Amino acid sequence: MSRNLILGAFLSSLVVLAALISFVWTPYDYAALDIPNKLQPPNVQHWFGTDHFGRDIFSMIMVGARTSIAVALVAVGIGMVLGVPLGLTAAARKGSWLDEVIMRGNDLVFAFPSLVIAILITAVFGAGAINAIIAIGIFNIPVFARITRGAALSLWEREFILAARVSGKGAARISAEHILPNVANLLIVQGTIQFSLGILAEAGLSYVGLGAQPPTPSWGRMLADAQTMVSFAPHLALIPGLAIIVTVLGLNLLGDGLRDWLDPRIRVARA
Amino acid sequence: MSLLQIENLSLTIHGALILKQVNLTIDPGQIVAVTGESGSGKSMTALAVMQLPPNGAEMDGTIRLGGQDLLTRSEVEMCALRGASIGMVFQEPMTALNPVKTIGDQVMETILIHKAMTLTPARARAEEVLTRVGLPSDRFPLSRYPHELSGGQRQRVVIAMAIALRPKLLIADEPTTALDVTTQAQILDLLKGLVREYDMGLLMITHDLAVVADMADQITVMRQGEVVESGPTRHLLHNMQHPYTRMLFEASGHQVTLPEPAQSHPLLEVNQVVRDYRLPRKGLLDAPRHHRAVDGVSFTLNRGERLGLVGESGCGKSTLTKAILGLEEVQSGQILLDGQPVFTGHKPNLAVRKKMQVVFQDPYGSFNPRHRVARLITEPFHLLETPPTGSERQDRIAEMLVAVGLGPDDAGKYIHEFSGGQRQRIAIARALIIRPELILFDEAVSALDVSVRAQILDLLAELCEAYDLTYLFISHDLSVVHTITDRVLVMQSGRIVEQGETDQVFTTPKHPYTQTLIAAAPRLPELGKVPA
Amino acid sequence: MLRYALKRLISLLVSLSVASVVIFAVIEVAPGDPASFMLGVNAQEDTLAALRSELGLDGSKMQRYFNWVGGMLVGDFGTSYTYRTPVSQMIADRMWVSLPLALYALMLSTLIAFPAGIYAAARRGKPGDLAVMGATQLGIAVPNFWFAMMLVLIFAINLRWFNAGGFVGWGEGVLPGLHSLTLPAVALALPQAAILARVMRSALLDILSEDFMRTARAKGLSRRQALWRHGVRNALIPVLTIIGLQFSFLLAGSIIIEQVFYLPGLGRLVFQAISARDLIVVESVVMLLVFAVITVNFLVDLAYAAVDPRLRSRS
Repeated sequence: MSRNLILGAFLSSLVVLAALISFVWTPYDYAALDIPNKLQPPNVQHWFGTDHFGRDIFSMIMVGARTSIAVALVAVGIGMVLGVPLGLTAAARKGSWLDEVIMRGNDLVFAFPSLVIAILITAVFGAGAINAIIAIGIFNIPVFARITRGAALSLWEREFILAARVSGKGAARISAEHILPNVANLLIVQGTIQFSLGILAEAGLSYVGLGAQPPTPSWGRMLADAQTMVSFAPHLALIPGLAIIVTVLGLNLLGDGLRDWLDPRIRVARA
Repeated sequence: MSLLQIENLSLTIHGALILKQVNLTIDPGQIVAVTGESGSGKSMTALAVMQLPPNGAEMDGTIRLGGQDLLTRSEVEMCALRGASIGMVFQEPMTALNPVKTIGDQVMETILIHKAMTLTPARARAEEVLTRVGLPSDRFPLSRYPHELSGGQRQRVVIAMAIALRPKLLIADEPTTALDVTTQAQILDLLKGLVREYDMGLLMITHDLAVVADMADQITVMRQGEVVESGPTRHLLHNMQHPYTRMLFEASGHQVTLPEPAQSHPLLEVNQVVRDYRLPRKGLLDAPRHHRAVDGVSFTLNRGERLGLVGESGCGKSTLTKAILGLEEVQSGQILLDGQPVFTGHKPNLAVRKKMQVVFQDPYGSFNPRHRVARLITEPFHLLETPPTGSERQDRIAEMLVAVGLGPDDAGKYIHEFSGGQRQRIAIARALIIRPELILFDEAVSALDVSVRAQILDLLAELCEAYDLTYLFISHDLSVVHTITDRVLVMQSGRIVEQGETDQVFTTPKHPYTQTLIAAAPRLPELGKVPA
Repeated sequence: MLRYALKRLISLLVSLSVASVVIFAVIEVAPGDPASFMLGVNAQEDTLAALRSELGLDGSKMQRYFNWVGGMLVGDFGTSYTYRTPVSQMIADRMWVSLPLALYALMLSTLIAFPAGIYAAARRGKPGDLAVMGATQLGIAVPNFWFAMMLVLIFAINLRWFNAGGFVGWGEGVLPGLHSLTLPAVALALPQAAILARVMRSALLDILSEDFMRTARAKGLSRRQALWRHGVRNALIPVLTIIGLQFSFLLAGSIIIEQVFYLPGLGRLVFQAISARDLIVVESVVMLLVFAVITVNFLVDLAYAAVDPRLRSRS
């Protein structure tokens, strides 16, 4: 267990815990306006201060963690559930038209950064957290498909796969029984990395107004609101930014730590 | 004064003792072979002389080159010596060259890095040494890239790089292990010639005792970081003092006695089999090109017979193996096992598949690291309609493990808990568990140390007795095939050029290719019969 | 080489065609009729019809697709529903902000990442390496638009070295233009540089364990000489892939960063167009972005062949 793993697990669980606790308790109602107490810097009553409507920033950060985690987690789920089987299939049918179609499809999706997908979806269906999830999720599909295919292809070259084929096992069975368990570590690590990228992407989409809509608090929109006030109330921008950094840093450290712990040989795509 | 004198060299890596008090001397013009099994520290000795040991290594003792102690040299001084006074040739020619630089640049780099010459004479020298190692510049211009050359040609480039500045000492670490026998013979001849011509000292690291006996003036035998015996080749071969040395030589030439084959009616019939691979088109409008890996191969394997298949890399033996196993479809011809085709329609015929099993070369890659031995060796049960369950299954597992020399308790272990030789035993257990009619051994002992290889060959002979095995033994190693088969096929460029009784083919080969192959294979002198 | 380039070019054209179909199809699903949106609910049926035909909305789907694609090929992107001006003109104006910004950032990112990555790899496990790795770990975690806000707070509001936002235009000369793009470019570049430096480092470390690096050392090259002469060029192969991917992130990122600095780029255009439901503008900007990404990846493929002789001669 490396320092990375411990620190990463600590930071990530801190954020997850804050999100979970926010369901039952927050210091204040995150939506309650309190104009007389607006723009307070961090103090004893309001640990992270208040915003321009006097809302408690600590409470908003807690609830915002919920939004970030939900969006990123579901987006990773979409990427894994669709991408992994595609990658396994492409590897099992290497060189066939099916492999070609899957990989060309992947290349195509890679040409649409998640922000561009979000712009398209929003233009047609309007903004919202669900559309942010779909946009990030779609972009995750080729990420998982590609990394699964790459790892699976090198496994298919191994002699234990040949041995399984000699034992009469078909491609689907071999993929499930031999390939998937051997790429699982890689997927866990990549999942952690995509999770952190999802948090960043969600923040970006919310910042430009394509993510969760009011009154749902989100870190990205808190930053957008803070922009005009940054010169006289810097804590409005600092605190949500630090929340994002702590979360992403925690997840990245966790991913790196897991990789070293589970299997130092696996390679992760980072982009 | 000796050229190289290693005295009491000890080496630790992160505290673990790798070399213990190694002593070794090389004179100019002398070939000294260091031999031993894996883990003996023979390669580490070479790297220590180069002062290029792995990270975390610490050394003690002296390594004197022409009188100066290398262990006290600074890194800058070592850089000046490497390449200029000591050249080195490595095992893997496929990866030893930088893929993005031309061979000319890489040979010239040795010269230029030591500022030995200016650009134009350096180029002339590069052409000269490449010609000397057998790559004349009219056929192999300096502008060639490594990927355009074969393994043997790449090894020649590596040698050219090592000798470009005429070093006093050349170190060759398993220089021919990755090469075919005919290429190996040429490279060994080249090295011998260079030693005589330049009056170099050659430190030759090899596990192959036949190569050692053939080439070396002096032999040093190592085991687990220690020198167990050393001396002039003839003298040492004539009277080996240490039991380990004797064991090593005996194991290298290990012979087994097979029981007489029982019946003689055909089990496997291969008829005019052709297997083509598609190559990328040359131009967009050109017809697709093909590489014919197996070209009209026919043979019959009788029940109870042990058949060998020999040939060099790329001759098509792996492709043929895959075709017989029904893993790949052939373009024409027919493969019948017990009268049934291995491929029906475009699908492998599972009814036939259950009569065949295979043992692969790599003891490390042929098992799923996440499964236990019980699950690993019972994988072929998948082929049975009613696989045994419960205590019957346990009994079969235990029986097989015992048959291959392991214990029933090993069923609960993971594969990483076993050594290479034990893994190969487990692979044999997996192949045997459904009592197949035919087993294919695909280079099954090639990755093993000689002592382990001898044990596995003994095991095969025992199993032949106990289970009436019929097998096809595919190997590039002629001496192994010689002892473990009754009949042999010789394959070259996709065709079978000669077949017959193993003894007869090996003693009186008829086809010129077989003759070359047998002549090229280094032979172990018969023990005790070496003229002193 | 030519064959390789040709093959890549064909795959570029296929990708572009499929992408255009996808974008067109998605926009087609959008509810509502742009003509009635523009003219309001009380518009006469014949005025609507006239506008529809003016906007090219009256043909079959197939016809409209080919009109759109055919128009783009000759630089005609249609007419904006809201501004009634040619979309191509609007895009051309904005492009001169977004594209230089993305390229500026890509250049910065590469200039920072290469030395940092090589430095860290050469000092693997030493304090210098740990410092670079720690900094990049942090760099990856920082959202670029937040970093941009902090840059504004420090360098524009407090130190007054730069303007807090806006773009002076290239008319004032290249240097003032670059000056007003510097903060946005730095904000975009640093997080990407962190990723690229890590990729460079790990690619180099992979190469360092290759056999040919040992061969180089055996020839008498010092560790540093071997790293530079044999390591860097081989490490470029994976690094190029990431640079290609990064361009699309930088382009997308620039859309967000433009919001922080109030830059009149494609980002501003597309968000205005979304709120005005000016779908033809959205459609064209998205197509343009995708075109840029695909083209850059094509160039990366060509760069591969320049670096790796095995690719040049494979065919």
